[in-house]
Amino acid sequence: MTALEPAVGAPAAPRRPGRLRRLLESPVLTSRQSLAGLVILGIVVLAALTAPLFVHGDVQAKVGPVFAPPSHRFWLGTDGGGADMAKLLLMGARVSLLVGFASAAVSVLIGGTVGILSGFFGGKVDIVLMRITDYVLVLPDIPLMIVVAALFGRSLTNIIVIIGVIYWTSTARLLRAQVKSVRERVYVQRARALGAGNARLIFRHVLPQVTPLLVANTVLFVAYAIFAETFISFLGLGDPSIVSWGRLIQNAFTDDAILNNAWWAIVPPGVAVVVVVVACTMVGQAMEDAFNPRLRSGHLSTRRFRLRPVPAREPR
Amino acid sequence: MSAAAADSPAPLLEVDGLVVRYPVQRGLTGALLRRPRQHVHAVSGVSFTVSRGEMVALVGESGCGKTTTAQAVLRLVRPESGDVRFDGIDVTGLGPRELRRLRRRMQIIYQDPYESLDPRFRVEQTVAEALVVHREGARESRRLRVVEALELAGLSPAELYLDRYPHELSGGQRQRVAIAASLALGPDLLVADEPVSMLDVSVRAGILTILDELRDRGLAVLMITHDLSTAARFADRICVMYLGRIVEEGPAAQVIEAPQHPYTKALLSVVPRRDPRRRVKPQILRGETPNPIAVPPGCRFHPRCPAAVEDCRTIDPELRAPAGAASAGHRAACILLGR
Amino acid sequence: MSGGLLEVEDLHVWFDLPQRRELHAVQGVSFSVDRGERLGLVGESGSGKTTTILALMGLLPPTAAVAGRVLLDGEDVLARGERTVAPHRWKDVAMVFQGAMNAFNPVRRVGEQLVEPMELHGVASGTQAMRRAGELLERVGIPAARLRSYPHEFSGGMRQRAAIAMALACRPKLLLADEPTTALDVMVQAQILQLLIALADDFGLGLVLVTHDLPVVAQTCTAAAVMYAGEIVETGPMDALYHEPRHPYTRLLFAATPDLESRDVVVSIPGNPPRLDEGISGCPFRPRCDSAVERCGLERPGLRRVGGAHEAACHVAEQVPA
Repeated sequence: MTALEPAVGAPAAPRRPGRLRRLLESPVLTSRQSLAGLVILGIVVLAALTAPLFVHGDVQAKVGPVFAPPSHRFWLGTDGGGADMAKLLLMGARVSLLVGFASAAVSVLIGGTVGILSGFFGGKVDIVLMRITDYVLVLPDIPLMIVVAALFGRSLTNIIVIIGVIYWTSTARLLRAQVKSVRERVYVQRARALGAGNARLIFRHVLPQVTPLLVANTVLFVAYAIFAETFISFLGLGDPSIVSWGRLIQNAFTDDAILNNAWWAIVPPGVAVVVVVVACTMVGQAMEDAFNPRLRSGHLSTRRFRLRPVPAREPR
Repeated sequence: MSAAAADSPAPLLEVDGLVVRYPVQRGLTGALLRRPRQHVHAVSGVSFTVSRGEMVALVGESGCGKTTTAQAVLRLVRPESGDVRFDGIDVTGLGPRELRRLRRRMQIIYQDPYESLDPRFRVEQTVAEALVVHREGARESRRLRVVEALELAGLSPAELYLDRYPHELSGGQRQRVAIAASLALGPDLLVADEPVSMLDVSVRAGILTILDELRDRGLAVLMITHDLSTAARFADRICVMYLGRIVEEGPAAQVIEAPQHPYTKALLSVVPRRDPRRRVKPQILRGETPNPIAVPPGCRFHPRCPAAVEDCRTIDPELRAPAGAASAGHRAACILLGR
Repeated sequence: MSGGLLEVEDLHVWFDLPQRRELHAVQGVSFSVDRGERLGLVGESGSGKTTTILALMGLLPPTAAVAGRVLLDGEDVLARGERTVAPHRWKDVAMVFQGAMNAFNPVRRVGEQLVEPMELHGVASGTQAMRRAGELLERVGIPAARLRSYPHEFSGGMRQRAAIAMALACRPKLLLADEPTTALDVMVQAQILQLLIALADDFGLGLVLVTHDLPVVAQTCTAAAVMYAGEIVETGPMDALYHEPRHPYTRLLFAATPDLESRDVVVSIPGNPPRLDEGISGCPFRPRCDSAVERCGLERPGLRRVGGAHEAACHVAEQVPA
């Protein structure tokens, strides 16, 4: 090694902060918007998880007068069947969240696989998969749900599957674009030139690069899935044996809550859905902003550079 | 310049009449109107050899086909016709399994050190990847080979670098990691595609010197570059390419000091020198390099050639040595040679 | 001390970094350019050369802070920040950017884009402006008929020439070129450099050419300033810089550049440039210097005259072999 200069310059001692520090500084936790969203979601999830501690027996059983207004005993009043609204809301959280996360999982699994395969292999695989995506995209969601409900019954599993199966297309598109771009990166080509097979290229090189965007997309999807479940139940296509927020709203309508001026039967579940959806969106968007470089718009700012006085010269 | 090249036996890499072209999309209207299908003639009959212990530079401007040639050599691109023989084995007809085995013996270094390393892999993982892919050895022996490769690439002491991520390294260091990664399997041929053009001037020499030393150890190096000065200083032989063909080739010193082809002469005249007192009259060619879709008839250089005559429009010259050339192996494709 | 076309006095630029840190990208840079003079600003990545010329036009982002004086024909254009520099942009000082191939709006014709600065600055309008645009294109070697073309119909070299034409639209006195030929082939590079020299001579323009390519500067510029770690370490006539370099970095940089006609061994400079987000004690080049003495680690050298118009920031400048 004589012709080589001795000091290539040892790399600077890594200023790599510890794992905890990196987590705390990650965009998900530093954006105020995202933090607020996480806190709200945390509360809701906690409520859903601990609901059975507060609710005993059949939550829909009559325990008070019909449409009783909020009082000391019933914090959110009672519904058209005399059941405790507050407890109904708690139990509803469990279902709504379950549907939200489960169908997000189904959707991301399908959409992710389609997107990755399509983006990575291109050619005929891409054409076929994208055609399928286009057909699914065109399917009208509500009529499809009605048909499925009629044919296969109105169970919770069916709902989760439907939502997952109808709405995976945007994930597929997003991932396909990302994978296409990552596939062209030099280090992927280099790995291929080394002799790496497709499986290795996908799992070791491509997937880690698209996972952050996938996660952000999933979070945003949860928001949409919860909303979807709500309107499915509201339309009466939901599982009749299960209490969900959409169901509560539907019940309120069929029981003429409005005629009875019983706002506490409709508003709380509606607000709950909105709050959770907004919270998921805030977190998901913060993640997406961090991971999707195209969304940066700093150059559009109208602020300008600042002036300063000349610093004093160092003494010679 | 290495003496080993002079007495080496059959060349390690032989490229013969390589042709690579890409069809241009006609679109629906084109297909309906039955317009003739056009092609991008990236490489139109290229032949050269690289021996062990020799560094050959493929030099040319953008669009000349040098990168495509390198990709065809490594079978990253399908050639239309022509032979590529590596150590006697015909590369163009190999099946996937044999190709994989062959890939261990030929490696490539890319131009962009900032993109050629997976940002999520530590240096050790990147360098060991070749070994993992080809299932060589167990973890411990792999680590030894990784350290060896890093030291060969000038990253010493290697242990300091094993755990680093690419973003913690400078451009020059990253390129050295890429070199180490290609050395891990002990290849016989290294293709370097513009290995230093994205690095700062002050670090380029270090990288090129590594390639120089590897060449002295018996590696064959095919360097793709647009920088004639670098080729002049480091390569044993230079092949000047224009629009998919080699227009001049020979020992580096001779091609630089006694160019035979008008294109080479013009190119050399416009390369800026370090010394402000050295003012060479630049022969700026008129126009720009034509599109490889529409290659001029006859000699492909004739529309821009300052020395073109009537025959140049119809005759497509072959590479030949001018009478009384300083050495065999210096050839140029011009009908005016030696006149 | 107003005289020449451009006088830069003690320019500093800082960029904000996360966690309240700052990057001191330009550290007290001073130089001057006269009409018809071609100055090369040479340096590697991170040396601050691009930031310096961006500062001359006030094209810095909101995260930047600037100090110092930039005198254009005697007037300090940075005196009140954006307000004082904006009127001069394109009218008095214009810039050709790196990757100017991408400086054009792809959905508008080239002619319209050449006319736009003229109309914005009230220099010309309507048919008169279009006629001037045609003349400009011809001047840079493109037929005037191409005014009606779209940018993608131009080759890389033509787009760069069109970008130069656009920079000249309002007849500036000073032209700043940031790596104008870096992404271009050597033949096209020669054309562009020849064009820049001709324009500087014909129009009496001052030219500041920013590049990392020493041979380009050697053949194109009359004088150069070598930048390292945010400051100018040596400046002077091209001839003096090559034949009598007084700063080790200049000498080593030339030695690291392969030359077509030289048999010299090409050697890298070991190490890396210093971080600019931390204070530097002593000479910033000391860790990589082959001629450092003790004083170099303690005291930061300033630019000192070492010959006619030749200055170097080095304590051992006298002893550096030619």
